This record gives sequence, structure tokens and C-alpha cells, in this order.
Amino acid sequence: MIKDFAGKFLANFGLARVIILAFFIFLCIMAVVFQLDIAELLTSSLVRIGMWGVLVLAMLPAIKSGIGPNFGVSLGILCGLVGALTALEMAYRLGDSVQFGGGTLFIIAILISLPFAILTGIAYGWLLNRVKGSEMMIATYVGFSMVSIMKIAWLFLPYTSPEMAWPIGRGVRVQISLAGRGITRLLNNFLSFNIGEVIVPTGLLLFFAFMCFLVWLFMRSKTGVAMHAAGDNPRFSEAAGINVNRSRMIGTTLSTILGAIGILVYAQSYGFVQLYEGPMFMPFVAVAAVLIGGASVRKATITHVIVGTALFLGIQVVAIPVANAFTTEWASMGEISRKIIQNGVILYALTQAGGE
Amino acid sequence: MLTHTTIPEEKVKGNPKQNLIKFLTKNMVTIMFLALVLAGYLIAGMNPFLFLFDIVARMSRNSFLVLSLIIPVVAGMGLNFSIVLGAMAAQALLIFVTHWGITGLPGILLCIILVTPLSLFLGYLTGKLFNKAKGQEMIAGLILAFFAQGIYELIFLQLVGGIIPMNNTTLIMSQGIGVRTTVDLTDGLKYGLDWPGVTWGMPNLLRPTLPWTVIVGVIALLVGYLVYLLFFKGKRASAPKLISSAVVGGLLVYWSVNQIQTGSMINMVRIPLLTWFVILALCLFIVFFSKTKLGQDMRSVGQDRHVAAVAGIQVDRVRVIAIMMSMVMASWGHIIFLQNMGAFSTYGSHEQIGLYSVAALLIGGATVTKATIGQALLGVFLFHALFIVSPSAGRQLFGDAQVGEYFRVFVAYGVIGATLALHAWKTLLQRKDKLGV
Amino acid sequence: MGEPFLLQMKNIGKSYYGTQVLQDINLSLKPGEIHAIVGENGAGKSTLMNILFGMEVIHSTGGYEGEVLVDGKKEEIESPQRAMELGIGMVHQEFMLLPNFTITENIKLNRENLKPSFLSRVFGEKTKLLNFPQMNSDSRKALDKLDIDIEEYVMVAGLPVGYMQLTEIAREIDKTNVKVIVFDEPTAVLAESEADRLLEAMKKIADEGIAILFITHRLDEVLAISDNITVLRDGSLVATKSVDETDVNQIAELMVGRKIEKMVHGEERSFKGETALKTENLVVHMPGEKVNGVDLEVRKGEFFGIGGLAGQGKVGVANGIMGLYPGRGKVWINGKQLELNNPSKSMAQGLAYVSEDRRGVGLLLDSSIELNIVITSLHNQNKFLKNFGIIRLLDNKGIHEHALKMIKDLDIRCTGPGQFVKRLSGGNQQKVCIARALTMEPDILFVSEPTRGIDVGAKRLVLETLVRLNEELEMTIIMTSSELGELRSVCDRIAIVSEGKIAGILRPGDPDKDFGLLMGGKRKRRGA
Repeated sequence: MIKDFAGKFLANFGLARVIILAFFIFLCIMAVVFQLDIAELLTSSLVRIGMWGVLVLAMLPAIKSGIGPNFGVSLGILCGLVGALTALEMAYRLGDSVQFGGGTLFIIAILISLPFAILTGIAYGWLLNRVKGSEMMIATYVGFSMVSIMKIAWLFLPYTSPEMAWPIGRGVRVQISLAGRGITRLLNNFLSFNIGEVIVPTGLLLFFAFMCFLVWLFMRSKTGVAMHAAGDNPRFSEAAGINVNRSRMIGTTLSTILGAIGILVYAQSYGFVQLYEGPMFMPFVAVAAVLIGGASVRKATITHVIVGTALFLGIQVVAIPVANAFTTEWASMGEISRKIIQNGVILYALTQAGGE
Repeated sequence: MLTHTTIPEEKVKGNPKQNLIKFLTKNMVTIMFLALVLAGYLIAGMNPFLFLFDIVARMSRNSFLVLSLIIPVVAGMGLNFSIVLGAMAAQALLIFVTHWGITGLPGILLCIILVTPLSLFLGYLTGKLFNKAKGQEMIAGLILAFFAQGIYELIFLQLVGGIIPMNNTTLIMSQGIGVRTTVDLTDGLKYGLDWPGVTWGMPNLLRPTLPWTVIVGVIALLVGYLVYLLFFKGKRASAPKLISSAVVGGLLVYWSVNQIQTGSMINMVRIPLLTWFVILALCLFIVFFSKTKLGQDMRSVGQDRHVAAVAGIQVDRVRVIAIMMSMVMASWGHIIFLQNMGAFSTYGSHEQIGLYSVAALLIGGATVTKATIGQALLGVFLFHALFIVSPSAGRQLFGDAQVGEYFRVFVAYGVIGATLALHAWKTLLQRKDKLGV
Repeated sequence: MGEPFLLQMKNIGKSYYGTQVLQDINLSLKPGEIHAIVGENGAGKSTLMNILFGMEVIHSTGGYEGEVLVDGKKEEIESPQRAMELGIGMVHQEFMLLPNFTITENIKLNRENLKPSFLSRVFGEKTKLLNFPQMNSDSRKALDKLDIDIEEYVMVAGLPVGYMQLTEIAREIDKTNVKVIVFDEPTAVLAESEADRLLEAMKKIADEGIAILFITHRLDEVLAISDNITVLRDGSLVATKSVDETDVNQIAELMVGRKIEKMVHGEERSFKGETALKTENLVVHMPGEKVNGVDLEVRKGEFFGIGGLAGQGKVGVANGIMGLYPGRGKVWINGKQLELNNPSKSMAQGLAYVSEDRRGVGLLLDSSIELNIVITSLHNQNKFLKNFGIIRLLDNKGIHEHALKMIKDLDIRCTGPGQFVKRLSGGNQQKVCIARALTMEPDILFVSEPTRGIDVGAKRLVLETLVRLNEELEMTIIMTSSELGELRSVCDRIAIVSEGKIAGILRPGDPDKDFGLLMGGKRKRRGA
């Protein structure tokens, strides 16, 4: 009987996820054994979850609309970065006449990145409609190509603010500090409270929850239901009068927008805006997170997003100090285990994709 | 899907103008690249000697790797990004053989012998994985490469030196665990294949200069061509073809003799014959292989898995063998690459191997479903020519060599992305055509 | 030698999970005999051939009853490979050809002639080289036997369909031990001249002593070249006749004749009222079910049937009118012209459709029953939505209540409206599809293959439901079905589609042979 239950449990959850969950529990136990600062770990975890949450959420509209996990969410990230830089530039240029508060700058950044994200999302969706069946591969390489070409663009875009531009030579810095603008950890600190020694980044988590709520609301609208159907069974949807191509484009656009907002949330928590190579491999983290949470290449829910983000990022936070405590020679284990888990779970999901 | 069925080639003969347009569209990527390289070369204003020196070195060390991509394409598995695993196996062996202190050609041979079973094993596992992800082999290969990087780092950064003992202060980091971030092959395996005679004090053994190679090569080819025409084709020998070949050959010989006489710097460019023999051997093997039963089976599977299966071919097995062969070739290819580079970054961008090799193949005109030896070699030449001229061209145009460097990386990604998109689109259209729409 | 029969099938039977699809079939073949097998859809022809060819689908579902004897010896045929070893070849309906290979390479696929290479001593058979000269000459021989004048080194891609098929056949006769070749609806995809050429080729093959079994529905072809004809009906052998002792009428009647159980009450109805649906020269490109110009007129309140053999186009009609497959021509609904190729427009003019492809097109398997029921009307008629300013959200309560009502009305067996559709039985899934169509409150309801894949008890229920809708709500129903008996039990009139056109319109009570003849496809013969 236990074997039966175990078998069913495995079948539903998937072997890879069970292994990952077990590993996480193991790490937590080890953390206690090594008497690590649990409060600090919890605080870090909560912050990390909030930082990545919206980026992982960006996977949802993409998977639901049928294009699979959005390996090209780096496009949305780039839009967000442009928004951030432009907002900062604006603050610098108008610095004498107007003082922008941190919150205002954040909102301005979002607003500026929105039109870019919408246009990019539509174009991206148009492209993916023409390569049905190969979306994941093309998304990956479109993402890589755009990040590469933006590397050249960062060298030429007319940003002059001293914290952004190199003093000598051309182009913007690799990493731009947000210090002194009142943005850093703005959301994190908003309404933050303590439980014992654990600092809860309330604003950050609330923002993530709010975005989840908006997505949930959307899925209950007429357009959302149409998108759900389009991703679930395109032939059915065409017969029902639903424009599948249009639904897919809405999916990619929403995903790109969430990507843009997501990187802004991430940057404000981190305190730095990372350009050039930065966005290149971020999509893989988001993809892996949602898959770990239980999603597949074809199906995803908001629960998957939340659970996956918590689990994947939780592991990342705990693994490093545990490995370090075990032996200082294993300092890199955290990063290595992330690589193995992240890519392992994506591989697993690909083998479950059920072929063509 | 990207790798399921081949698109039947159209063999309709049109008029010359139509044929020209068809030729241009079919080879658009290659032609654009040729133009790009030419423009870059002219803008960069490079010294021809430096260019030749560099391009010979790059072609010698990269061709084998790119050739290893051909068989999976033929077997319908698309672009094999998993060759990175073969490369990692090669690096592992180089580390160990360097540690054991075996140098030169013998060292290289040892690496090749030992890496083969390892690569076969990795290829077997990869092939099995690909069979479980039919239709998504390429992205599976890409992610597998990342995954394997994690495992590789686990072994060489955290286990070697400790749990896997290696007492070697040159190779291992000061704390005693983990291989250093750079491995230097100088005085060891460096140039083991390119300069085979070094171990016995003959550095120029099998390394003729470029002009001499051209002279001997041209004469040999022309004589061979003449013999072929006379004995095998008899009176049907095409006079215009023979004359034009002789003319071109003659010009090359004239140029070479000129270089020798003027003692120009070109005489310092040397061709590593042994390496090129090895590359040629691989080319001949690929040609031979495609005429064997197994090769035919792969071509069948590459066109239509279902038809092949109904005919009784063991589709899954054939696919695994294709990947195993590709993996072994990739590992040998990476050994050839690294013995020429002379040093490598232990943990650095394995991703580049897959990216650059695949981009080179595609630039030569190959597609997801069709790849030939000629395309591979042409692609290596064009891709690396661009690599050489980009930084200088960037400096000339924008006053910043960095732009050139970023540009060439973008080109690699862009070419792959565009090719994939085009192929996927064509496949979709072709399926729609089948439905009679 | 001395054994007169090349192939004997004795008392062959097959049941799939309790349903008997073939019983007690006996068939004998002499060398060089051309034996046709005819029958309606579902008569058992394909199943019989699957058994003969050792297809997986037979063995994974419990095997078969009876014996197959080859040259007098009892044989077990567990795989296509075994069938080929025994000398049984098959030319499938869907060609098994590789487009970028030459004709030779296709003929010799996985049976290539080999010669040793320098590797083969060590690495074995697979590293031998292909012996192209030998392969080419063998292929040339096979092609010449069939009198095909095309070069063997031409690539298959781009060849006309007729030549592709001949390549398939050449492949079978190149197999040196071939004794019997099965042809499954070979002329279905061919133009007339190609078909004639094929029949010539078949005669030549038979002259060489190879026996031919060929499945077809074209009765005139059958009579043109067969020696013997076996008629199957509902899984049983109805008759085996030699060509001299029968004619097309008799065969047609044998194919179709059976007792019809009427489901409708009352007299035959005649409709003189308004026209609900009218089509003029409707052409639909549905792969496998092409419609080549159909003119129909269906009256309001009529229960109209569309029948015919598989692949003849009957399914394409509804699909084309609903915009699911590309179509051309003129269609009027209640007098107003309909824009084709647009499902939304079709639905806007009061049409609803229950598709024949229940799982592929008809349902969102991983969604709830209630969502499946309401989604089409939600999307096209904006029902079940609540407005919040500019946003329209689902009216969960309304959806739930409506679903409950449908479940009650149609007696859908489930655990509740929230249950995922994929857990339901076939019959109940079908009812969900019907419920969805009804939620649209259509004027005209198209139903295709309503009882396919449903057990016997549920079949009755579904048909009764449709009859009820037609009688109580006076809904015009157009039902497409492969089961003639079903159509004759509920419809007022039945159109038979053959070769993509209407062969004729009959009443249920019309003689069996009329139905058979219409389905048997009168193709124009040379000079006729």
C-alpha cells in the first residue's frame, strides 16, 4: 500500500521535484545542525523570493498561452533596464528643478518601460507564431541575440548621468548603483516588520502578491479564458472562434511586461542595475523556478509560481552557508548546486514534454 | 518541430535568371557573410601576413570540431549543442595527462585513446536523453551543456585535489582543492599535434611554409585531376574545366614562388600537416560513412522517423549511435583545439564551444536538416575571418575595438537564431502545404 | 507444391475489449488470384488486413481467433516483419516513402544490397558499403515488371502521386519471396488515368503468380479486374462470389442490407417549409475528406443525414460550413449568405457544431465540465460574464448553475460540474459536447459521428437525445455518420456523399441496394 501511494506520489510530483524537495529539507536540517543563523536565512529567503517573484510570474502567461516557458523573457528585462536608465537620466537632467523621490522614480521607470515592453512583446509574439513547435529554442536564441546587440547599444546610448556613464571612454557602466536615490530596498522596507529576528520585507512581498492577484484577475476575464483555451487546445479554440495567434501574442506581451516590471523590482531590492551580460541567463532561473513549482512545459498555475520561487530560491539561500559550514573548501557548492538543480529540472521537464 | 521531417528539395530547372535568384536566396547567409568579411577586412586594413597566420591557425584548430556536427544533422537531430560534453571530457583528460607529465605527440595520442571511451559513454547517455525529448533535441542539448558544466565544476572545482587526489601545485589551487582557473599546456601538450617533431628536436617536421605547401599542393592536385580525367573519363574530359583549373593553379604557384623569392613574411606562416592529415582523414571517413548501411540508415531516420521505423530500421538505436559518434569526434576536435591554443580557462565559457561551432556550420550554408563537409569548412573560414577583422574594424569605425568584439558575438547568436527561425517557419509552411491549403 | 491455396484465413475473429468486430471470416486465395474485399465503414476490412499483416494494434489488444495458413502451413503472424518474411506485402494508403531519396533507395529501404568494406570485418554488417549498381539494376527490374518508364535514380520528391504509389508497389515486388500483396484503397488518391494504370499493373503482378487482396469501395473497379469478391458487413462474411456470378446491384445490396430499427415515432415526415440551409457548389479542403462541389437544401425542422464511406467527403461538409477547414462556394443560412472560413461568423448566424474529433477538437480535456459547456457561448455570445467597468469577468455562479442544469437534462454521469472532462467516459464526454452546442441556443445543429467510440447503451441515449431536441425544440439537425443504420433510424432524408459530391438523396425506407450503389461510387469509365 505504501508502495502504491509512493508510486502515485512520484507520478504526480515527478522524480526530479521529489529529489529537489528532499534536498531542500536536507539542507534545512543541516542548517539547524550547523547552528546557522536561521533568522538571517529566513530573512534572506523572503527577500530573494520577493526579488524574483515577478520574473517567475512572467512565465505564467507564456506557458498558459501555449508558447511554453519564456526563455526570451530577457527581452522584457531589457525593456525594464531601458526604463530604469531613462528614469535615472531624467532625474539627473531635471535634478536642479525637480527632486524625485524613490517611489516616484520607481513608478516612472515602470511607465517608461511599458511602451517598450508592449511593442517588443507584440513583435516577439508575431515571431513565435511563425515557429510553432520550436518556440523554446527560438526564444532562447532571440533572447541571446538581443542581449548581445544591446551590449553594443549600451556603448552608444546617450546616457550622461555621472553615476551611469563612464567618466572616460564611451558607454554606460556595467553595474549602476542606485544609492542615494531612495530607491534601494524601497519596497522591501515599506511596512516592514519583525518577527523575532526575522525582518519581513512586507512591501516587496505585497507587491509580488499584488502582481499575482492582477494575473489571477486577468485569467478570470474573457480574454484570459480565451488564452487558457488557446494554450490548452489550439484546434478546439479555433473551432470555438478564439483567435489563437492573437491569444499567443497577448501571452507574450504580458510576459514581456512582467519581465520589465520584474527586473525593476529585482534591481530596487539589490540596489544595482546590471547591464551587458546581466540579463543573459536570468530567464533560465525563472524557467527552472516555475518548473520546480510543479508546472510543465504546457501547464502552469499561480501556485506553481509561488511554490517554485520559494523552493528554488530557498535552496540557493541555504545552500551556500551550509556548504561553507561543512568545509570552507566547498565555498562554490552553492553556485554549483544551483547550476545542477536549475538545468536538471529543465531537462527533466523537456523529457516529460510528451514529444511532438 | 525543428527536426522531424526533412523539407524535400526542389529540383526544378528554371531559366538562368531564375537559377541565379534561387542560388542567391538559398545561400543568402553565406553570401552576406562573405560581404561582411570582405568589408571588415578592407576597413580594418590588416596586414595580410597577420591575417593569413591567424586564419591558418584558426582553421587548423576549429575544423575538426565543426565537422563533428555533421552526422547528427544528417540523422535528423538538428544542431548538436551537446558537443560541449565531449569538449569537457577532452579537458578532463588534458588535465590528467598534463598531471602525469606526458608531453608532445605521445601525450596527445594518450589523451585521444583515453577520451574515446569516456566520450562514447557520454554520447550514449545524451542520445538516450534526446530520444526522450524528440522534437526538442536542440534545446535539450543546450540545457544539457549547462547542466554538464555544473557537474564538471563539481568534479574539478570541489572534488579534484581532495576526494579525487591530485598532488600538483601547478595545476591545483593553493588551498589544495580544485584545479586552477587556467591550465597552461606549454612545455607539455601544447602543439603536440601541430609540431609532432618537437619531442625529437625537429620543430619543422611536417610543417612546411605556406608558399611551399601551395606549390606542392597545387601541382599534386592538378596532376591528380589530369590523371582522373584521362584514365577515368577518357575523351569526355572537359577542356574548359581543365584549362581554368590550370590557370588558377598557375597563378597560385606564381604567387607562392614570388613570396619565396622576395623572402616576405608570408614565409613564416607554416601549415601543420599532421593536423590537416587528421582533418582530411575525418572528411574521408564522413564520406565513406555516408555510403555504408549505417550511414544510409541515419539518412533514412533523418528524413522521416515513422517511415524508417515501418521499414524495420531501429530508429532509437541509430539516433544514439549518431550522437555517440559526434561526441567522440567533438572530444578529439577539442583536443586539437586546445593543443593549438596552448592554455585554457578551466571553467570558462564552455558555452562558446557550442555557440561558435554551430554558428560556423550555419554560416557555411548548412541548415538544421542538411550539412556537408564543404559547408563546414567554408563556414569555419568565414566565421573566423570575421573574428579576426572585427576588433580592428571596430576600432577604425568607432574608435573602440570592444564594439567589434561585441559585434562578432552578436553575429554568432544572431545567425543561429535567424537560421532556427527560418527553418521552423519553412517546416510549418511545408506542413500546411501537405494539407493542401 | 500441390497445395492449391496460397493463403487461407479460417474462422478469423477479433474482439476489442469485449466488442466483437470480426467473426468467423473465411477467405482463400490461389496464386495469381485477384480478390476484392468490399464493405461499408466498420465492416471489418481494415481489421482483417491488420491481422494478416501482423500489426501491433491486433497483438496489444488480445490477438485474434482462428487460423492463418500460408501454403497450407499454419502460421502465427506477430509483426509486420514476420508477415514480410512469409511473403505478405502491403501497400498502405499513406505512402511510406522518403522524399529526398531516389526511387532505388526507397525500393531498397532497409533491404539494401551490401558489399564488404574495410571496416566491416571488425564492426560488422552495418559498416558494409551500399552496392549501388546492384541496387539500381534490381530496382530497374521491378519497375520494368510494372511497365513504369521512369528512371530509377530520380528522387521521389516531386513525383506525381501515381508514380509514388507505383514506387511503393515496386518495393513490394522487389521482395523476392513475395506471394501476396494487400492493397488498401489504392485508387483513393489517384486521378482516373493513374488509377487505370494501377489496375493494369495489378493485373501484371497477378499474371506473375502473385495473389492480390484489394480493399476498395469502387464497385466498378471491383468488377473490372477481380476474380473473386468477398463482401463483409458488420464484421461478418456476407458472401464470397466469383465475378461471373454477380453484378454491381447484387454486391451493393449485400453490402448494405440489414434490418433497420426505427427510433422516430410516427409517419415519415415531409418538409415543405422554409429552407434552413442551402449550399451551392461547396468545396472544402479537408485532408482525407475533400468536398468537391456539394449542393444541398435542408428544410427548417428537418433531421437531415449525411452518409457515405470513409474518406469520401461527408465529414468535410459540416467542417467546411463551420469554418474549421478552408472552404469555397456559397452557403445560405435562413436565407442570409454565410461568410465561410470563419467559425465566429458561422456561430453568429445560429450554427453550432459537435465535432467528430471529440478529443482533438471537441473538448478541453484538462478543464472542468462547466468551462467546457460555457466557453463557446462565453466567447461568442458574451454570456456568463459580469461587467466591471471595462473588464468582463467570469460569472462563476451563473456558469455553475447552468452546468448543473445541463448535467441534469442530458444525464451526464460525473462527480460534479468541476470535474475534469478527461475523466468522463466517451458517452458522457459526447454529452458535454452536445451541452456546449445547446448552450449556444442554435438554429441549426451539426453533429458528426455522434456515437463513435461510445458503448451500445450510451449510443441509444445520445440518439434519443437528438431526436428529442429535434421533435420538442423543432431544431434543425444535420447529422453526419459513418453508420448507415444509425442514419436510417432517425433521419428524414439522407444524402450520400461519394468522391466529394452528393451521389444522391434517399429516404430511410428506400431499398438497400440504392444505398449501396450510391456509396459504391460510379466513376466514369472510359467511353461510359
